[in-house]
Order: sequence, then C-alpha cells, then structure tokens
Amino acid sequence: MKAKTQHLRNVACIAALTGVLAACDPEFNNPVTDNSSLSAGTADFSRFVALGDSLTAGFADGTVYTHGQENSFPAILAQQFAAVGGGAFTQPLMADNNGGLLLSGNPLPGFDQRLVLSGSPLAPTLSSGTPTTDVANILTGPFNNMGVPGAKSFHLGADGYGNLAGLLTVPATANPFFVRFAGAPNNSMVTDTLTQVPTFFTLWIGNNDTVSYATAGGTGVDQLGNTNPATYGASDLTDPTAFAGVYSGIVTALTANGAKGVLINLPDVTSIPYFTTVPFNAIPMDADTAAASNAAFAAYNGGIAGAGLPAAEVAQRTITFAAGQNALVIEDESLTDLSGFGLPSIRQATAADFVLLPSSSKIGTEATPGNPATVWGVGTALVDGDVLTEAEAALVTAANDAFNTTIANVANANPDLALFDAKAELARLASEGINYGSGIITTTFATGGGFSLDGVHPTARGYAVVANLIMDTIESSFGATLRRVDPGSYTTTFIE
Amino acid sequence: MNKVLVVTTLFCASTLVHAGGYRVSLQGQRAQGMGHTGVALTDSAESIFFNPGSTVLLDDDKEFIGGLNLLSATAKYQNVNTGASAETDSGIATPLNLYYNSKVSDSLSWGLGIYTPYGSSVKWPTDWAGSHLVNEIELASVFIQPTLGYRVSDTVSLGFGPTLVVGGVEFNRNLSTSLVDENGNRANVTLEASEVTSYGYNIGLLATATDRLNVGINYRSKVDLEARGESATFQNVPASLQGTFSNTTFDADLVLPAELTVGLAYELTDKMTFAFDVNRTYWSDYEELRIDFANAVPTSVNPRNYQDANTVRLGLSYERDPKWTLRGGYYIDKTPVRDGYFAPETPRPDSTGFTFGASYQRSPKLALDFSFLYLRFLETDNSYDFYVENNTTTPFEGTYLSNAYNFGFGLKYTY
Repeated sequence: MKAKTQHLRNVACIAALTGVLAACDPEFNNPVTDNSSLSAGTADFSRFVALGDSLTAGFADGTVYTHGQENSFPAILAQQFAAVGGGAFTQPLMADNNGGLLLSGNPLPGFDQRLVLSGSPLAPTLSSGTPTTDVANILTGPFNNMGVPGAKSFHLGADGYGNLAGLLTVPATANPFFVRFAGAPNNSMVTDTLTQVPTFFTLWIGNNDTVSYATAGGTGVDQLGNTNPATYGASDLTDPTAFAGVYSGIVTALTANGAKGVLINLPDVTSIPYFTTVPFNAIPMDADTAAASNAAFAAYNGGIAGAGLPAAEVAQRTITFAAGQNALVIEDESLTDLSGFGLPSIRQATAADFVLLPSSSKIGTEATPGNPATVWGVGTALVDGDVLTEAEAALVTAANDAFNTTIANVANANPDLALFDAKAELARLASEGINYGSGIITTTFATGGGFSLDGVHPTARGYAVVANLIMDTIESSFGATLRRVDPGSYTTTFIE
Repeated sequence: MNKVLVVTTLFCASTLVHAGGYRVSLQGQRAQGMGHTGVALTDSAESIFFNPGSTVLLDDDKEFIGGLNLLSATAKYQNVNTGASAETDSGIATPLNLYYNSKVSDSLSWGLGIYTPYGSSVKWPTDWAGSHLVNEIELASVFIQPTLGYRVSDTVSLGFGPTLVVGGVEFNRNLSTSLVDENGNRANVTLEASEVTSYGYNIGLLATATDRLNVGINYRSKVDLEARGESATFQNVPASLQGTFSNTTFDADLVLPAELTVGLAYELTDKMTFAFDVNRTYWSDYEELRIDFANAVPTSVNPRNYQDANTVRLGLSYERDPKWTLRGGYYIDKTPVRDGYFAPETPRPDSTGFTFGASYQRSPKLALDFSFLYLRFLETDNSYDFYVENNTTTPFEGTYLSNAYNFGFGLKYTY
C-alpha cells in the first residue's frame, strides 16, 4: 500500500513538472523573433552603401547629431540586413549629441546645435549643449553612410566637394559635412561610394534641388533651360534636364558592377510641415481692430483701384480685414510693379500660398517695436523670403515632377533597381498619418511625431517608418524577407 | 479591530507584490482540483466563498481550511508588422484563502472567510511597445466575510455574509507614445492607492433535490473601490513641463464586478461526485478607467466597455480509499474584453483551464490538500483602439499569448 502511494506521488509530480515546462514558455504560432524565415532574396547586402543628402545622413532638428545618425534610415536598414548577410555599416558619427559644427575651434555660422522644445508654451529652441564636432578633424573611412546634408544632385559627382580649402572660397565650393569624412580632399561623393564596391545601395538625391529654393521662399532663380549647374546660386531651382543627366550618370556608375539598389523619389513640399504649419490666415482680429486696419489701408486700396490694373489684379491686391481670422499681408514680386506710384507689390495671402515655418515667430509682432501700425503680416507685409507663393510653389512642383519622372524612368529601365515612392508615402503621411501598429505619426509640427523640429526632416520615428516602407519595396522587388523595426521604440521630438 | 487591520495589511502587502489576473479563480484547494466548482458541494468550509448556503450542511462541527497558491502567469506580445515583441516578467504570486466554520446547531452555523478573488500582476518591460498603455500593474484586494448559515427545511438552506473589502493598486505607464526629456528618457506616471475599503455581500441557497443531487445558487455583489486623494508621481518629465506634470493626487474608481453562480453536484456513486457550475460575471459594470488628477494634468479616460462573461466549469472527485481523494476538472472561461478594447494591462482572451487535485486524510482531524492548475489562453490578434494622443486616435495592435499555472497547498483541520 505504501509503495503504491509512493508510486502515485511520483506520477503526480512528473505530470505536474511536465505541465510546468509546457506552461513556462508559451510559443506563438509564428514567432516574430524566428530568424529562419528571413532571407535576402536575390539581393546581396554584404556591402551596403547609402548615397544621398540630409535625409540619408539622419539629419533632424536642424542638424546632424549622433542619436539621429544612429537612427538614420540606412542605419536601420543595415541593422535589419545583418540578419540576412548584411555586413558592417560605418557612419561618420558626429562627436556629440548636440549637433552643430566648429571649424578649427570656432563655431561655423549657419551650423547650429540641435533644436529642442523648451519654455512655456513649448517652442523650438536651440539646445543648451555646445557643439564639439570640428570639421577640421577629418575622419578615416570608408563610410557606408554617404549622406551629406545640403548636397544637390550635381554635388555628388563634384570633385573637391569635401575639400577643406573649398569652405573658405566665395562662394564656398565644399560642404563641411563632407569635408569631415571625404576619402581624399578632391574625391567626389560618388568616388568615395564606388571605392567601396557596393553590392547594394540606396540613392535618395534631388531633394535639395527644389527644397533649397522652396525654403528660401522662392528668392532664388528657376534655372529651367540652364543645364550648367556651375552657374547656379545656392537657392536656385535645378533644371530638369541637368538633373536627368547627372542622375542617370550616378546610377550608371553605381550599377556598373551589378549592384542592386533602391532609388527613392522626392516628396512634394506640400507634404512638409515647414510649408504647411503656418496658416495663410494667421491674423485674428476683433471688429474694432479690423476697422482700424482697413482705415490704414484705405489710401493703398484707393491707389490700386485707380492704377488702371486689370480687375482681377485689383481684386487680388485690395486689402480688407474683418472680425475673425484674416489673411496675412505678403510681398509678391510677381505683381505689376507700381513702385513709381508709391504703391508696394503686396497682397493678402490665399490658401494656395505657403507661409514658411520660421515666419511664425515674427507674425503678429511689431516690425518697429512700439509701433502697432507695423505689425508683421498686417501693417508690414511679410517679405518674399517668408512665403512660397502659389506661383513659386507651382515652379517647385513642376521641377519635382520632372525629377520624379526621371527617377522612375531610370528605375524602370534596370531590373536590378527598385523604386521607393517616397512622394506617395509622404503625401499619405500628410493627409491621414501613418499607423504603424502601435501608434500613428502625422506631419503635425512638433507633436505629430513624423517630423523633427526643423519642420523638414523626419524624427527618428519617422525614419524608422521610412525604413520599414523601404523594406516593403526590397521584399517585393528582390524577393527578400526582412524583419521590420518597431517605430514606437524610436524617439520623436525632445523636450528640454 | 486592530488585529483585523493588521491582518488585512499583511494580506495586502503579500498580494500587492504577487497576484495574478484581474479575476483570479483560486478560492479553495478542494474546489480548485475540481475545476473551481463548488456552488452545490458540501465538502468543506470553502463553501463560505462558493456558497454560504452550504455552510450549515458541513459534516464537522468546527472546521478550519486554508490554502496557499503559487501562481505564475506569463503574457507575450508581438506585432509582425513592426517586429516588436515583449514578455511579462512572471513572478510567483501567492493568493491565500482561509475559512473557518462552526455549527451552532443542525440548523445554524457561523463562519469567517478571508480570500482574494480579484487581483492582477502584469509587468511588461519598461518602455516596451505598449508602454503608453501600461508598463506594470499590481492590483490586490482582500475580502473578509463573516457568514451565517441557516437550514430552512430538510431540503433548503441559506447563507449570507457581508464582505469588507480592502484593495490597493499600483500602476505605471508612460505619459505618451513619445514624450521624452532632452536625453531621451520616457516620461511616466505612477499611481498608487492603498487600503481602499468598501463593502459587499455574498448570499447563497442550497437545495438537496434528491439523496444524490444538490443544486446551488450563489450571488456575490459588486464592490466599488473608490480611491480618493491617492498618490500620483511623475518621472522623467522634461523641465519645461514640470509645471504641468507635478506630483499630485488622483481619484479613480475600480469595480470588482458581481458574480452569479448556479450549479449542481451529483453523486455518481458513493465514491464519485460530479459537479457542474456556471459563473456569470457582470463585467459590463466596468465601463472605463477614469483617472482624475487634482492638478492641471488632463483627466485620463480609458474606455473598457467590458461585457458580461460566463465561465462553465466541470469537476469530478473520486474517493479512492479512506485516505486519498483524487480530483480533476476543466473549465472554459470566456473573456469579458470586446475586440478593439484589448488593453495589455489585462491580457486575457478566452481561456481553458485544466485542474488536478488530491486530498490526503492524514488523521481523522487533519487532511492535506493539493491542487494544480494549467490555464491556457488562446492566441489572439487584437487591439486597443481608444487611446487618444494629440487628438489622434492611436490604436495599439498585436498578437497576444498568455498562460498561467498554479500549485496549491492547503490543510483542513476539524474538531
């Protein structure tokens, strides 16, 4: 009897222990952590190089800083490629998380530290951190991340774009971000890329060919018809024919050794919060203020009415205010020049104009402090550089569409190339947001999670979403199976 | 009264550290072995919980029975679209129960029960994918129930007990999906409420329909735990926002829903008893989790919209010999959580439970009880669709897989 009891106890113990082991670790039917289903397909990620501009570099919050670089879309891709034969991915890391550049110990003007949200109410402010990254401290490569902020299409093949001496010429012929890590002073970005004999690449270039014109409020020149980029100013709009020649030349060089790659097209400015955040009718007024403002513009309106202009332009230029939200008064150099009559080329903005993000800090303030008649956007018109007008935006869109046609044609001509439609994805982000499963990013400035505080570049989370979407493209074009990243685990904006 | 407070404080302390599942069906070792049935059983003083109507029918004049559980629950999350995955830290929880019953006469009995039917311990990795909904939660409640049993007739008996409930909760979540300080540390809030007291009751009826068949019905009332002026503390809040997110107090209500049980027990043979219970838990009283902060921090409203849910339980006991009784059971527990309301603080889809138990009658007065439970939750793809951030509804989706197992030990002493 005792033996039997003992036996029973053993059986019970074994049954219980088996139950525990089974219970300890429940397993999903398709565990997301299972690597065996991943594959590179027909792609070879052993030497991956990303060539491009700030969007490739991981630029965010107005600068390059290490956290942004570590979360650049190519760095995220490389981290996922590692599971399917991807090699090391080296980046020209900045010295700190502050961003900003020094040249031989002195702050380089125009290259400030990063923006953070600060104050009450929260507003973008330069971080209190001090830049310590010195351009003269040249890094030893090669570097897989060949993203250089500010680079336009024709800069990629430009010899000397990374030459320290070129920073001091007027105009400068070098880019401080490339100076930091160029393989040799006179190497071009393409040369430094080809030296690495990439087996796989991403190319995202051409953004600055339109964006530098757009962010300057269209103060540059539309170079349509001028195919010689050497004659362009910094804020000019690149000619589509020039772009096409440069672009296909770069792709031919990159694919010469049989490398496969993803070409990324160019988002429209209408998807970017830098252009869409400040409303055209940003001026609130009560009835009394509106009446006073109307009185102040009565002489101007009378002058316009009597200047012999076509009725449409008279209507366009007549300035009126009413109780409620009122359209900003802006300069528009495309209007008929009436300066001879003492009448400025001004009108009120419409929903088709894009008021640039930086002007939000001056709208409503007094141009001449203490003089309420000089309020920016009312008594004092916003200047040309504050607004991308409807006509200027149309030029940007036309150029961008032409560039995107080139990119699509080049991609379609070679089966080794995939096309990632960034323009469509950013349009989706702007119109409805992107739900990544554990959250949503939108283009709402500062709080939407998609765009960093410079209003032009994504947050780390935005770059993670981009990387996931590029992986979709790589899977469908090259038969790969890749693991995605969780955008929710990446940062958005930082608050001080 | 002081002693009662000390006891409850001790219970709270132990269950705060270790508890499992919002409704934890571990209220008796003997019931546990039979699939947690018991509304129509007259086996032990566990009836104080399962059906006070049975207490007057117990065999022994004075009986103490108590049990200790070692419960381990694990939940996993993954999202195939984002590659995110996480697993809860499954510590060992130790829900306790103690019952004492004393018969004054053949028609009257009194007793006292202390048990912990509601609790939860879910600890996800800090800053995991769903950290804006919950990082971790510890919920505990202790019910103290003095009880009277009364035999109305040869076939019908009744029982009633008011319950004093003492509960506590500790809850931490991140303030949003993205709020970080300059160094990237995620801002979060911890809510702590302790020794929140409330009242309820437990009432039951047992009918001995035939020599072999008992039918029971039991109702345990809803208990509203109303936390008032409890502590809310904020961590990693950026300096610019510390004016708004300053440490404060909060008010919140938590409902411990009512439960109706009907069931029967049938003696198949002199040695074998079959039990069948159906619980209906009135979860629809849990509409939302609303946290009102005393300062300017916006009120946090989290819709739950639970639905009433049934649990069907089967149990069998077999008196193998005068010393050993063996038990087995099975149950199907339907989730109260509707699709789209699946919040990771309670990762509980439909589940099935398998239980085993045994009692060893060591002496005429002392018996030792053992039980084992394996609770298997179905793998579920679900989401919580009611989190709003920056005026944008931000769903949290994924696949969940959970399980739990429990070892129970107890003893019964009669005199």
